[in-house]
Amino acid sequence: MLEFIEQSLAWLPDGVVALVIIILKILAIIAPLMAAVAYLTLAERKIIGYMQVRIGPNRVGPWGLLQPVADGVKLMLKEIILPSSANRFLFILGPILTFAPALAAWSVMPFSDELVLADVNAGLLYILAITSMGVYGVIIAGWASNSKYAFLGALRSAAQIVSYEIAMGFAIVGVLLAGGSLNIGDIVNAQQGSLVHWFWLPLLPLFLVYFISGVAETNRSPFDVAEGESEIVAGFHVEYSAISFSIFYLAEYANMILIAMLAVLMFLGGWLSPFQGIPFLEDWFAWIPGIVWLLGKTAVFCFLYLWFRATFPRYRYDQIMRLGWKVFIPITIVWLMVVGGAVVAQLGPWFD
Amino acid sequence: MKIITDYFKSLVLIELLKGLMLTGKYLFKKNVTVQYPEEKTPISPRFRGLHALRRYPNGEERCIACKLCEAVCPALAITIESEQREDGSRRTKRYDIDLTKCIFCGYCEESCPVDSIVETHIFEYHGEERSDLYMTKDKLLAVGDRYEKDIAANRAADAKFR
Repeated sequence: MLEFIEQSLAWLPDGVVALVIIILKILAIIAPLMAAVAYLTLAERKIIGYMQVRIGPNRVGPWGLLQPVADGVKLMLKEIILPSSANRFLFILGPILTFAPALAAWSVMPFSDELVLADVNAGLLYILAITSMGVYGVIIAGWASNSKYAFLGALRSAAQIVSYEIAMGFAIVGVLLAGGSLNIGDIVNAQQGSLVHWFWLPLLPLFLVYFISGVAETNRSPFDVAEGESEIVAGFHVEYSAISFSIFYLAEYANMILIAMLAVLMFLGGWLSPFQGIPFLEDWFAWIPGIVWLLGKTAVFCFLYLWFRATFPRYRYDQIMRLGWKVFIPITIVWLMVVGGAVVAQLGPWFD
Repeated sequence: MKIITDYFKSLVLIELLKGLMLTGKYLFKKNVTVQYPEEKTPISPRFRGLHALRRYPNGEERCIACKLCEAVCPALAITIESEQREDGSRRTKRYDIDLTKCIFCGYCEESCPVDSIVETHIFEYHGEERSDLYMTKDKLLAVGDRYEKDIAANRAADAKFR
């Protein structure tokens, strides 16, 4: 496929060919990602509906399968309202700054041994840095709206994202210690072996802290005080409408999938088969490509997001801060020392 | 001691897992949604919907203008004027129910000595202007004539409880 494109574009300068190929690769990641985002919104409504013993959307298409399309078309056709007292430039910049990092972070995600757009050695660091940029979009959007609810939401969201980033960063440091690399592909390969070789077992507290912080990081329920529809309407994006509003949602869901996939890559063996190392079963399931395992595990974590949302009431703001600063950070620091000791002692089967 | 056990309980997220199990169980329960225009819930024979004035089988209107319903109506939605008909019987000249005032309590139906004013099982009606929801005697009699069969069936079903 790639060679074919390279050959048919051979008459162009080398730089242009490389550019075209990179753009095609980006599209090959972004297009399925956007489809996944669209259907994650439907899955969310359906699953939460079923958990509340109702049906969820079922009018557009069979079982409501065309609902995301209808939503998308509706949002695109609506008018973008610019509040008269808003800062026009920043108001437009806000959604862009939220959306761009959410997509950019995907560039270093490995989907299997070879399938990776940018095999960066500092992949995890890059993701940590890029996802932190998302908070700028939120702050700018809340500030530029010139509305007190938007501003409150932005403040809450910024404080929350910044505090949970620390716990999340420490959890990732644990993975670095265990995997011995910042390259996500290398981290996955360090988990080769079997189900118990995966890092979820030696890093269990970090794994939980990482995923819960991830939920907080994406401003999802039960940490969704930034939106807080019952207290501050919709938080930082109250004043947004039409496509600029939906971009916030796209970014949120893209981030959800990103966090879920990162959790899988770092703690649950990424594209490694769960039957590795088990006689017979390993051979029977050997024909399944790694990407299927990766996407399947990711889907489980996306489901967890929805499950949380259907189950837990919203945390109070001070409880969120307490959880982040007084519980998660100490836990991660303590466990970092444990992991450090285990690595030094070359504790098997993970660190030998 | 309790503080310590509480601390560990919260640390292993036991309560949260319990909550998750509950919602997880509900995920597989049968949905209770009734998809309204296609499916409808069963309606009791006592259902109190749109009003109707009934007639006797010979076509004579039942109402004798006793005005009990007007007196009992808590929302003052009923307006009655009576007169003596040519044959000497007492009948209503005007029998109006303002549905925008009516609270569908069913007192008019209960108070009626001749089972004339009744509330039917019809609840899917609308008006495009206020006057559409102002039921005059003609409209009420028309409703009664049209749904007499259903009304009689509902009365019969409920008769033994009266």
